[in-house]
Amino acid sequence: MVEVKSNGLIGQAVKRTEDLRFITGRGQYTDDMSRRQMVYAAMVRSPLAHARIRSVDTSAARAAPGVIAVYTGADMAADKIGGLPCGWAVKNKDGSAQAEPAHPAMQVERVRHVGDHVAVVIAETQAEARAAAELVNVDYEELPVVVDARAALAPGAPQVHAEAPNNLCFDWELGDASAVAAAFSKAAHIVKLDLRNNRLIPNAMEPRSCIGDFDSSTSENTLITASQNPHVIRLLLAAFVFGIPEHKFRVVAPDVGGGFGSKIYPYPEDVIVLWVARKIGRPVKWTATRSEAFLSDAQGRDHYSHVELALDKDANFLGLKVDTIANLGGYLSTFAPAVPTYLYGTLLAGCYRTPAIYVNVKGVFTHTAPVDAYRGAGRPEATFVVERIVEQAARQLKIDPAELRRRNFIPTDGFPYQTPVALTYDTGNYHATLASGLKLADYAGFAARKAEAAKRGKLRGIGISTYIEACGIAPSAVAGALGARAGLFEAATIRVNPTGSVTVLTGSHSHGQGHETTFAQVVADMLGIPMESVEIVHGDTGKIPFGMGTYGSRSLAVGGAAIVNATRKVIDKGRRIAAHLLEASAEDIEFTGGRYVVKGTDRAKAFGEVAFTAYVPHNFPHETEEPGLEESAFYDPKNFTYPAGCHVCELEIDPDTGVVEIVKFSASDDFGRIVNPMIVEGQVHGGLVQGIGQALLENCVYDESGQLLTGSYLDYCMPRADDVPSFQVMTECTPCTHNALGVKGCGEAGAIGSPPAVINAILDALSGLGVTDVPMPATPHVVWSAIRAAKGRQVA
Amino acid sequence: MAIPMDLQVNGQAVHLEVEPETLLVDALRNALQLTGTHVGCDTSQCGACTVHVDGKSVKSCTMLAVQAAGTAITTIEGLGSPGALHPMQAAFRQHHALQCGFCTPGMIMSAVDLLARNPNPSEAEVRAGLEGNICRCTGYHNIVAAVLDCAKVMNSAPSREKAHG
Ligand code: FES
Ligand code: FES
Repeated sequence: MVEVKSNGLIGQAVKRTEDLRFITGRGQYTDDMSRRQMVYAAMVRSPLAHARIRSVDTSAARAAPGVIAVYTGADMAADKIGGLPCGWAVKNKDGSAQAEPAHPAMQVERVRHVGDHVAVVIAETQAEARAAAELVNVDYEELPVVVDARAALAPGAPQVHAEAPNNLCFDWELGDASAVAAAFSKAAHIVKLDLRNNRLIPNAMEPRSCIGDFDSSTSENTLITASQNPHVIRLLLAAFVFGIPEHKFRVVAPDVGGGFGSKIYPYPEDVIVLWVARKIGRPVKWTATRSEAFLSDAQGRDHYSHVELALDKDANFLGLKVDTIANLGGYLSTFAPAVPTYLYGTLLAGCYRTPAIYVNVKGVFTHTAPVDAYRGAGRPEATFVVERIVEQAARQLKIDPAELRRRNFIPTDGFPYQTPVALTYDTGNYHATLASGLKLADYAGFAARKAEAAKRGKLRGIGISTYIEACGIAPSAVAGALGARAGLFEAATIRVNPTGSVTVLTGSHSHGQGHETTFAQVVADMLGIPMESVEIVHGDTGKIPFGMGTYGSRSLAVGGAAIVNATRKVIDKGRRIAAHLLEASAEDIEFTGGRYVVKGTDRAKAFGEVAFTAYVPHNFPHETEEPGLEESAFYDPKNFTYPAGCHVCELEIDPDTGVVEIVKFSASDDFGRIVNPMIVEGQVHGGLVQGIGQALLENCVYDESGQLLTGSYLDYCMPRADDVPSFQVMTECTPCTHNALGVKGCGEAGAIGSPPAVINAILDALSGLGVTDVPMPATPHVVWSAIRAAKGRQVA
Repeated sequence: MAIPMDLQVNGQAVHLEVEPETLLVDALRNALQLTGTHVGCDTSQCGACTVHVDGKSVKSCTMLAVQAAGTAITTIEGLGSPGALHPMQAAFRQHHALQCGFCTPGMIMSAVDLLARNPNPSEAEVRAGLEGNICRCTGYHNIVAAVLDCAKVMNSAPSREKAHG
């Protein structure tokens, strides 16, 4: 792998190019856009979690002011609009296929979660559409409901889909069960835990929004949608839902206000607005209210796990055994089967050289909103399992948790390292991030601080999490073998304009990550031109050759690598043009500082001159070259990348109220090489707060009848500025070995590493009281109850 | 029935005809096409819709448009422009206090009001003062840094906003 060397811009904390439009209110999110003659859609959603639809009476809605049309699931079925496809298929233990029930955009016969789509009202204004939606009269026959994944597996549980007996979507395994059994049989210590990974609602601040449009004179379909990956939306909707050709289908994802996974997937509303636009011949816009977002955005996590770790007498890990039940919700969302399997089971080795690992995961349907990838997607769940059981072992065996980790880390000279759960880590240095993380946290001085806090009546605790994750998904061939129904490469085009400025077309999509800056740094650095001369274009299938979008921290590692490859092709073609101009052979020409120089001479042509020659080819090597200077690259990675790091949380608990205050949070992360450290730190901060939110505040709760109890910001506790501290963050660097930039990805690490660090710190603070577990979110009530219960046990 | 009303928006006299139930945020976004003011919730919790009404920050989803008759409103578009940023806008860029940018207009409008009321806030006061604005991207760390730094900048150099805040 030829590494890209920095000429100065790569590695700099360059201020973001995109900021200017956002800080002045000039961003263009989907709901900010209008089209001529546009009308508005409002959804009629099920108020029940499980019911048979006896009839839908739309007459009152049709007669309401401003209403243009009302359509039901039956209308959609009559038009033969396909259901939303699942993009990933996993195999059961016995080799059979997962259950894959249909997911129509609007239901005809039965609804399966509160918020499920029943009908749509189209009106001249949004207010009229929403008002008329209230007038659609649906006659439901209420059916029994199951919301908890364990309960859904029990005999006699209400059934979500006839195609999935016992609500089981898949029963998947990974690893060597007999090797694990052998490891446990010779163990000196066995440590056990039952864990719940709480269900979360992603809550990107921009609610989902989409506009469908159809031009009957050209047969062109347009969908503007708040999406993380417009090309995947086009691929899935064109091929599986509408059966329309891709060259007549343009998907635009403009400025998008955060995604965190929830905007990866095609949603029913995307289908509905385009379908209706085709029917009525006018553009149709739908924008979610926040209440609708709570009910209908794909949610995250929701695992129950039983974990056992076997250790020898010297506390070396011998084997790890994990049983997990994952809630998938009422329908299979696009990547739902991948999240609790290939993005989870494969990460259970953590940073450790545990020789034998076995995991069984049951994916289960329930009468709740679909569950899919949310920031970290499977890796936070895996990290929570591993880092909780490691710390539990340390406590049980009375070994310093940092020392236990050191003893079991994959050694720094042990790479590449083949884990027992399918991945090959290319590089890493877990001792380095642990050492610097502990130093940053002043781990050595903790005992004194704990004693000081005790004098103030506070219980002080410290907790560590040394996470690993897999980013930059993935080699397409591997993903395909594991069940992916799409490729996972990325595409880029570098278009050099005649005067030497550069337009970069990328299939990655930025919805907060700052690609317009980071990618421009890379290209400007490689071409030796100012950043202002580089424009990044993304989010439009009409402009960009292809793309797989942004998720799994893949943009720089995969999309950036495609950009590097295309830029190299540009440099090479420019070299051949320069050779002609300079009457030298291409091998003798060096490209440096934005100039093609004949080695050992002062004869040179600037990049801009070469670009001009390419478009005004009067003196040009026509025999061997075509005019123009534009190159594309499709990059398929050779492996995942493996960011890793050490998060240390220090907190104080008020034993009388259970209130937890994080007093210090330190993170040392290894993201490989870094292009823009300012943006990387911002990604870490944001991830940490989502992880701390999971650990202390956020919880998605359905009652037994399937009603969402946490359906607004009054009930779902989003982290606010006064809930969280400022952070100490730093990075170590072992460059990724298989991409030209040496980068690994940083978008999810904060959300992956932090929850176990917080809970480990709480358990450390409460260990003197005999508290052995505290569920997430550890709200004051939860912590206070745990303290009370432990005190009760001590008295008894 | 539409109600006629007059007000000032970003220094300009504006005449509007609004339905009695129209929210201020919808009048700004739809009638006036000032789409920099965002809607992030329907329970007055997120602060994405924050604007200034007669110099004070208001969640524009909590106010009917007709209630704004006769007032002077400043939205993010009127606070500063790409060529002449308000110090708070500049501080947000300088400190990478935004990622997706969706919460940013409301966050900036709240932060400006916060400094108008308390020109020398502590970190804890900034955090408490921005409690009504949710950001899902930044983790608040850099927003807090931007506001603290902006306070310094505005205290050391007299600026437009200080005059009218
Ligand atoms: S939109 Fe006004 S507070 Fe959320
Ligand atoms: S920057 Fe995205 S919500 Fe604040």
